[in-house]
Amino acid sequence: MENPKIAIVLGATCAGCDYSLLDLPPEVLLDVLGKVEIVYWPTATDFKLEDLKAVPDGEIALTLYEGAVNNEENEELARISRQKSQNLLAFGACSCFGGLPGLANVTTREGLFRQAYLDAPSNESNGVTPLRVSTVDGHELTIPDTFDTVRALHQVVPVDYYLPGCPPPLDLIGEALTALVTGDLPPKGHVFGSSKSLCDECDRRKESKSIHELHGIHELIPDEEKCLLEQGILCLGPATRGGCGYPCVKMNLRCWGCMGPTPESIDQGANMLSALASVLGLDRETDLTDEAIEVLMKQVKDPLGFFYRFTMPTSLLKRAVRRNQ
Amino acid sequence: MEATQVAMKEFEPKIVGFFCKWCAYQGADLAGTSRMKYPLNVLPIRVMCTGRIDPTYVLTAFAEGADGVLIAGCHLGDCHYETGNYKALRRFALVRRLLEQYGIEPERIRLEWISSSEGSKFAKVVTEMTEEIKKLGPSPLKEVA
Repeated sequence: MENPKIAIVLGATCAGCDYSLLDLPPEVLLDVLGKVEIVYWPTATDFKLEDLKAVPDGEIALTLYEGAVNNEENEELARISRQKSQNLLAFGACSCFGGLPGLANVTTREGLFRQAYLDAPSNESNGVTPLRVSTVDGHELTIPDTFDTVRALHQVVPVDYYLPGCPPPLDLIGEALTALVTGDLPPKGHVFGSSKSLCDECDRRKESKSIHELHGIHELIPDEEKCLLEQGILCLGPATRGGCGYPCVKMNLRCWGCMGPTPESIDQGANMLSALASVLGLDRETDLTDEAIEVLMKQVKDPLGFFYRFTMPTSLLKRAVRRNQ
Repeated sequence: MEATQVAMKEFEPKIVGFFCKWCAYQGADLAGTSRMKYPLNVLPIRVMCTGRIDPTYVLTAFAEGADGVLIAGCHLGDCHYETGNYKALRRFALVRRLLEQYGIEPERIRLEWISSSEGSKFAKVVTEMTEEIKKLGPSPLKEVA
């Protein structure tokens, strides 16, 4: 029997997901590599788009698509991946929810270019923003057009499996690849991860529900045993899917929410907002004036960027209003 | 058509109202049984308590095309469940800031305390809010995507 074919396709990604593949424990990586045929993985070796196009439709057993869909090239690759694959897996937070690139949805394409190429203090673009078509030495060159709105993979093509995380947790990658090579893939629509929240799985001590002051991680060294949120650290654990083994929290850093919403949730950010606003000032809630509440809540300096760090394109509102941009 | 017809048709905002069962919904009922006049722009949804209103309800209303959201419940200190409305008050403060970041004007979301005997306050709040949103125009989320 032929080994199942796999492809690893890159959209709007930092390629951090690729590093996770290489970080797999040797026994898992070598076992899987011996049982699959890689037909496309440009990060690892010199594959070209033509190589992927040459594969007959539906012949790839599993394609891992990493990154969001942010430009024409990403969309073309997403469509080709779908066409060539029996199973398409959204690999990593960007592919599952839009991820960090998805925060571009606070502005428009023009706003994005203005910030990146004109307003940012570090750039040297001399006032030039990317042009779709340009002429160099008499040759016409084109680059893929950037979209106004960043999308997650399933907002472009149907997706069979989701493996969130930034980067995706090694245990879950091992689980997905082992499922493929043993012919034991879960039902379509499955999200690799836990069905519980990260908070549910976290073993830190939870004592009181009420908090008053919020702190940046540069402002204090948190107690390693006690719940971070109770110490005023904005940890996204209550609204985030578990299954990652919470490495950040174990390192005394807060959860940023890269595993996305819990299974029942339709909007991770709104859930976290609700959880946080409920505990902020809880033990004096009947004494707080409107002004005191404003002061409490203004401690969250950037609600959208904090609550939707990885999920803005798949949030209920998906993008910010375009304002005469 | 008929530019005149289009011009004549005034914008009628759609406002989703989340009213607590014990106070604001009763207040709305009283406004009705007392035959008070107020605009028909609010779609009332009865909830057990303003503390029950998950921020996803508000976001869903806007995502589905609401031009405004009105949340109304018992006066502070009068909550049937003692402190539900205090929780609503704190969530509201943060939700409004989040909506501003999404580009939705803060006037489109309003929190009011209306008791079961305040039918006239209900009518006044609905009238004011409808007028205010008429001035603002349709929700900016309705632009062509």
